[in-house]
Amino acid sequence: MPVLGRACLILALVACAYGIGASLYGARTGRREWADSGRRAVYALAGLLTVSFGVLEVAFLRSDFSFATVATHSSTTTPGFYKGAAVWSSQEGSLLLWAWLLAMWSSLVLFSTRRRMRAITPYATAMLLGFGAFFCGLLVFAASPFHVLASAPAEGNGLNPLLRHPSMMIHPPMLYSGYTLFTVPFAFAVGALAARRVDAEWIRSTRRFALAAWFFLGIGILLGARWSYSELGWGGYWAWDPVENASLMPWLTGTAFLHSVMIQEKRGMLKVWNVSLVLATGVLAILGTFLVRSGILDSIHAFGASTLGKPFVAFIALLAAGSIALVVSRRDLLRTENRLDSLLSREAMFLLNNLVLVGLCFVVLWGTFFPLISEAVTGQKASVGPPWFDRYTVPLALMLVLLSGIGPVIAWRRATAANTRRNFLFPSACAALCAVALLPVHVAQKPLALCMFAFAAFVAGSIGQELVRGVRARRAMASESVPLAAVQLVRRNRRRWGGYTIHVGMAVLFVGVAASSTFQHTRDASLVPRQTVRVDGYDVRYVKATGRVADDPDGTGAFMTLGAVLDVSKGGRHVATLRPARNYYPGDPSQGTVGQYIMGDATSEVGLKAGATRDFWVAVQPDAGWLMKVVAKGNDLPPSAGGLALAAIAQRYAERPPPADFRLIASPLVTWIWLGGMIVAAGGLVALWPAPDLARRRVTASLRARVAQELGRA
Amino acid sequence: MDPARKRTIRLTVALTAAVLLAGALIYTSFSASSPAKTPSQLMAGAEAGRSYQLTGKVAPGYVRRGNTLDFRVRDRSGRAAVPVRYTGTVPDPFRAGREVIVTVRKQGAGFVGERDSLVTKCPSKFTDSKRST
Repeated sequence: MPVLGRACLILALVACAYGIGASLYGARTGRREWADSGRRAVYALAGLLTVSFGVLEVAFLRSDFSFATVATHSSTTTPGFYKGAAVWSSQEGSLLLWAWLLAMWSSLVLFSTRRRMRAITPYATAMLLGFGAFFCGLLVFAASPFHVLASAPAEGNGLNPLLRHPSMMIHPPMLYSGYTLFTVPFAFAVGALAARRVDAEWIRSTRRFALAAWFFLGIGILLGARWSYSELGWGGYWAWDPVENASLMPWLTGTAFLHSVMIQEKRGMLKVWNVSLVLATGVLAILGTFLVRSGILDSIHAFGASTLGKPFVAFIALLAAGSIALVVSRRDLLRTENRLDSLLSREAMFLLNNLVLVGLCFVVLWGTFFPLISEAVTGQKASVGPPWFDRYTVPLALMLVLLSGIGPVIAWRRATAANTRRNFLFPSACAALCAVALLPVHVAQKPLALCMFAFAAFVAGSIGQELVRGVRARRAMASESVPLAAVQLVRRNRRRWGGYTIHVGMAVLFVGVAASSTFQHTRDASLVPRQTVRVDGYDVRYVKATGRVADDPDGTGAFMTLGAVLDVSKGGRHVATLRPARNYYPGDPSQGTVGQYIMGDATSEVGLKAGATRDFWVAVQPDAGWLMKVVAKGNDLPPSAGGLALAAIAQRYAERPPPADFRLIASPLVTWIWLGGMIVAAGGLVALWPAPDLARRRVTASLRARVAQELGRA
Repeated sequence: MDPARKRTIRLTVALTAAVLLAGALIYTSFSASSPAKTPSQLMAGAEAGRSYQLTGKVAPGYVRRGNTLDFRVRDRSGRAAVPVRYTGTVPDPFRAGREVIVTVRKQGAGFVGERDSLVTKCPSKFTDSKRST
């Protein structure tokens, strides 16, 4: 099996090399059969990488430890559900997933454009195969997933328990889908520039892929935040870690691109800006992949031992230099067709929104790479922390939310005093009302949070006003009922209403972020059963300790779980019962009779009571000193007594627990973050869904082509 | 006003604003940063009261009392190690031999970790784990 996987990878690399040559030859000579052959090389690449990925996936599911990567990232005790996901917990597997997704998306886009943009697609095909060749080259020469061990071990290292979370099943494929899909508009932008066809056609053909990339990357980021909140035991969802930042940067420039392309489509403006944005997004997507593997920055994810840094740096440098050279050499073709008529226009607001998004990206880029910048300038590595990021990102985020409310209602070309008054009165009243309503409560002491809430109300007001006006107009024209008119309104312009839904979702998400980060109450306490501690006006009582052996309801493979039952009440009224716990996973046999079962990694299982207005979050840390002592005693027993000793430890902990350390957090509106994310995702789906009239046009166009062909033969 | 002149003024204002903002960003990043040090670099010279980002591996024999963790951080490759007293959240993967990053200040002969600043690197992701065929 490993031979088959490796052979497919080598053939995939050959297919890439052939496809690049065929596509470029077809593009230069105008011989369509060569360009078609290059496109088919992408299909072949997808097929070969599917077989490769399948071989590796089967090896993980079968716990075939003759594969080095399976032995180091899975085990027989890893639950089956997570064995499948363990493929992308390894460097080799994640690179293979990247390449496979790239090949699949590339095949899809090239199939859908096979009869269009004949001048551009051969160059785009060569570019996509260039990405494929780079990743296949890494998989063949530097990080082979089919490395075979001389003698297969009886047991593997197992999947890191921290990754045994449902979010982690979906998070990496979502991120990689986002990264790989962003290479599609990148490749078509390169193709358009190389072929000197820089009108809006390539944008129209790949806009849906850019939107899909943005959608998947956004979901990936949100799932990562959710995993961090519910699994990592620190109670936060964002830490400005370099790897988090790496995924955020292309998402920000991608968001800017999705807005600015509308200006090019409608007014023929911002051509240089658009190609620069899409090229930068493609480079940032590769940069994100590189950051996780290079070890050049200190992060919770990155590891210094990886050897892939140099090829990635060379590839990124090549992409960046090539992109700049291409844009500079085609600057004459990229002249704007129109000028900005007024600073009070939708075009100007889109431009401002773009500047804010790119500014945010620059802040994140600067802060992330500051250790390297500082080392280059001062000779000493230094880093900036979350307060530095917050200083710049908070005002920029405020501007962004405000602009997402202004954009939908301001007029194109030039806003007049009359239409400004008509369009902004209601949203401004919503914002003012929200601010006034919040003044009496302690929100007023936090002006930035208050601004965010008011701006979010402004967004809700402006989108709501647009919806009401649209529904009224439809009812006046077609005499439809209100729900039907609303549905028809969205159906007729999915892109617009999908975008508006996303604006509302982002406003809800930012309200959650502002509230939970500004008004959070945290308390650390060491408690014994029947002790009570107060957090944000809530009484939290440690009712009892719990201990379980081989009874893990989440199916993560934990051998022992020590936990607590907490009762949360306010003014004597019961609010919630929380059950935080700590899971203990197997170590290696050298750790003794008892130690081998529980001295591997340990993870926090958070006790969470999520609500519309407040989350109550608790993590527990049983006394590690006590545990070490009882494990040391248990290790003196014969190996056959390990299970019984473990059960005795769990029972002893439940009956006579030592003091346990608790972290208790009361955070308002955290649920709004996830709810906002879901609204954004729903809006993204609405915008992505093909419009019915577009489908009709496609059928008509293909029929027309066939009829013309028939007539040509006759 | 002449449209070309108007555009030039707009561009000048925008560029000036961008340069000022970038200047503020660069200045504050240098003034607000903490230098990253290895244990041997800290042993060679650390100023009392200044914060540093200490990176290295956890030495065996750490002790946890209540919410306080006493541990030693040693060089990635080498024997130099510095003691750290830390209070706050201890990440789940923390254990001897793991790579950590913690913000510390010198206090007496040892170092005190900033609350909740301890980061332990994820152990199984993307290690270069080649074995012989």
